[in-house]
Amino acid sequence: MGEKITGAQSLVYAMEAAGVTDVFGIPGGAILPLYDPLMDSQQIRHILVRHEQGAGHAAEGFAAATGRVGVCMATSGPGATNLVTPLADANMDSVPIVAITGQVPSGAIGTDAFQEADIRGITMPITKHSFLVTNPDDIPRAIAEAFHLAATGRPGPVLVDVSKDALQAETEFHWPVQMDLPGYHPITKPHAKQVREAARMIMAAKRPVLYVGGGVIRANASGPLRRLAEMTGIPVVTTLMARGAFPDSHPLHMGMPGMHGTVTAVGALQKSDLLITLGARFDDRVTGKLSTFAPHAQIIHADIDPAEIGKNRQADVPIVGDLAEIIPELVLAIEAEQAAGKVGEYEEWWNLLSRMRSTYPLGFETYDDGSLSPQYVIQRLGIISGSETIFASGVGQHQMWAAQFINYEHPNTWLNSGGLGTMGFAVPAAMGAKVGRPDATVWAIDGDGCFQMTNQELATCAINDIPIKVALINNGNLGMVRQWQTLFYNERYSHTNLDSHRIPDFVKLAEAYSCYGLRCESPEQVDATIEKAMGMNDAPVVIDFVVHKDAMVWPMVAAGTSNDDIMVAREMAPDWSGEDD
Amino acid sequence: MSRHTLSVLVEDKPGVLARVASLFSRRGFNIESLAVGPTELPDVSRMTIVVTVDTLPLEQVTKQLNKLINVIKIVELDPDASVQREIMLVKVRADLDTRSRVLEAVTLFRAKVVDVAPDAVTIEATGKDDKLEALLKVLEPFGIKELVKSGMVAMGRGPRSISERSLRPADRSA
Repeated sequence: MGEKITGAQSLVYAMEAAGVTDVFGIPGGAILPLYDPLMDSQQIRHILVRHEQGAGHAAEGFAAATGRVGVCMATSGPGATNLVTPLADANMDSVPIVAITGQVPSGAIGTDAFQEADIRGITMPITKHSFLVTNPDDIPRAIAEAFHLAATGRPGPVLVDVSKDALQAETEFHWPVQMDLPGYHPITKPHAKQVREAARMIMAAKRPVLYVGGGVIRANASGPLRRLAEMTGIPVVTTLMARGAFPDSHPLHMGMPGMHGTVTAVGALQKSDLLITLGARFDDRVTGKLSTFAPHAQIIHADIDPAEIGKNRQADVPIVGDLAEIIPELVLAIEAEQAAGKVGEYEEWWNLLSRMRSTYPLGFETYDDGSLSPQYVIQRLGIISGSETIFASGVGQHQMWAAQFINYEHPNTWLNSGGLGTMGFAVPAAMGAKVGRPDATVWAIDGDGCFQMTNQELATCAINDIPIKVALINNGNLGMVRQWQTLFYNERYSHTNLDSHRIPDFVKLAEAYSCYGLRCESPEQVDATIEKAMGMNDAPVVIDFVVHKDAMVWPMVAAGTSNDDIMVAREMAPDWSGEDD
Repeated sequence: MSRHTLSVLVEDKPGVLARVASLFSRRGFNIESLAVGPTELPDVSRMTIVVTVDTLPLEQVTKQLNKLINVIKIVELDPDASVQREIMLVKVRADLDTRSRVLEAVTLFRAKVVDVAPDAVTIEATGKDDKLEALLKVLEPFGIKELVKSGMVAMGRGPRSISERSLRPADRSA
């Protein structure tokens, strides 16, 4: 090239070269120079959001729905600090996003200049990496490295902070660039000996379980996982982050483990003698009290991130690598074992699991007064909208019900904030998913508490022709917190009543944003209302489902207690005795 | 709990010290000493970090350190197979009456006097921490006015270099 251009133009070229098609952001002083050439880009669609947090979650939703890197932009200071929550969220859930922020001119850095914040420093512990670029010649390399870091190894968020003078100064654009990452070598190929050892243990186990985490989805390894499960006949549990990694309709699927998991999934882990852990991280919401988790099980732990192995639970066979390589190799190793005449004998195991499954199915309460059960709404939504639909949820009771009562058949169709538990995730994440997958139906399942944190992005959706659908599970309360108050704080409801059955009027709110607004208050209206919303595709739709406030999420393993103390309903423990060996 | 010495090769880039230091505090580890400086390779710095911690959490923090993009390599140095040194400057009260006895201690510990004032001397001593502690104990009765230590630096014994591939990095145990 050799042509003299601005750093800002170079940054736009670099984003184009990195394959960026959609960006969510808001301009401001320090990033203004970038927005000028961005206007002329034929490749990049910039979507002007209403709050930078919305931009960040939209980038996450885009990434989680498409498997591509999501991009958000913000100006210095408050613009950048508003990205902190989505960056932390993406870091916890290994979502590949790149955030580009403007910074005050390099000469002003450190002077407490107007709208100055050390965003690289602030985001150090909540990103995979963060750059500060003050030399315009470094822009292409920083962008190339940022996208490479975000997408490879264990995916995650990367921040590139660019000073205003670097955007304004003259430079030349060269691509491709030589990346300079001497300390970054993610291991993708598993150790063959470990894989063979894992295969041997699997054949010898009597009560194995495939403990599947979100890593399988990020690694795009659902196909190989299915092959592995079917060739061995080993039961599968999928964590909150892994819903959709294995079809819910599959007879080998035991459901979701964890604090609000199925009795069968939790029981399978507790009774197992071998956990084949694939891209899961023994999170406290899955293990319950760690010292009592799966007490009889040996552990095979496969993960791209060596730091996850042995972090919470010691692994007997650690396998570091890309699950898209590990699982096929494991399949080959098991084929070799099977060819040598070894077959896993799991009949007794299946007898036990089948008994649990038929004795303790998921269920919920219905109300005689004609009021709506939130679980019923969510269940119908899943059935009516179909298995190709993408669901994005907020955080709380509605999230757990959406994980429990919708059947997920495909990876990347369930988007939620698992690790950080970010209320307000749903609407902007659904927006990002719809931008990335415009042909898919995208539902946000949100609570009235969550919805009031980020619903301003309905304006973005309405203006930019992003017709998402929102199922608002409106119980008028911060439902999950209220549930804990019911169970652990003597029914003293301190500050959980949002009064959002009265204020705001969500139908009017939707209409004010030029969206369709529907309301549904009784079980008879549910199907018709959902079907009506399914037919509205020229603008976003919000359905205000006014539901009973006392519905609770069951089963439940109370925080800090053992999975063995799971409650199927209030003060009701499943009877596992007699099923033990 | 036991004492461990980590040698960490890092890219010489802004912010890298903050990343390493904050990782220790975020994961709940207390750093006993940390020394940073340039190496034989341009653009590569070396940190010597001494921590007192159990083996398992150490493995975890080593793995987390390795995830930092600017960290190139981490090696735990075995005290028996490495040279460990720290430099100490100590200003001791020493007037005409006591100076000769202070100087005697200096000679005994093969330390040296680097500055003299009418009522104080500044002593430089190099060694492992047990030697420095012993010297301090001898000097204490005279009155220590000021004390500074560099933090431990360490290097493996033998012909090989930490930057060679053949040395086993501390994180590959998994």
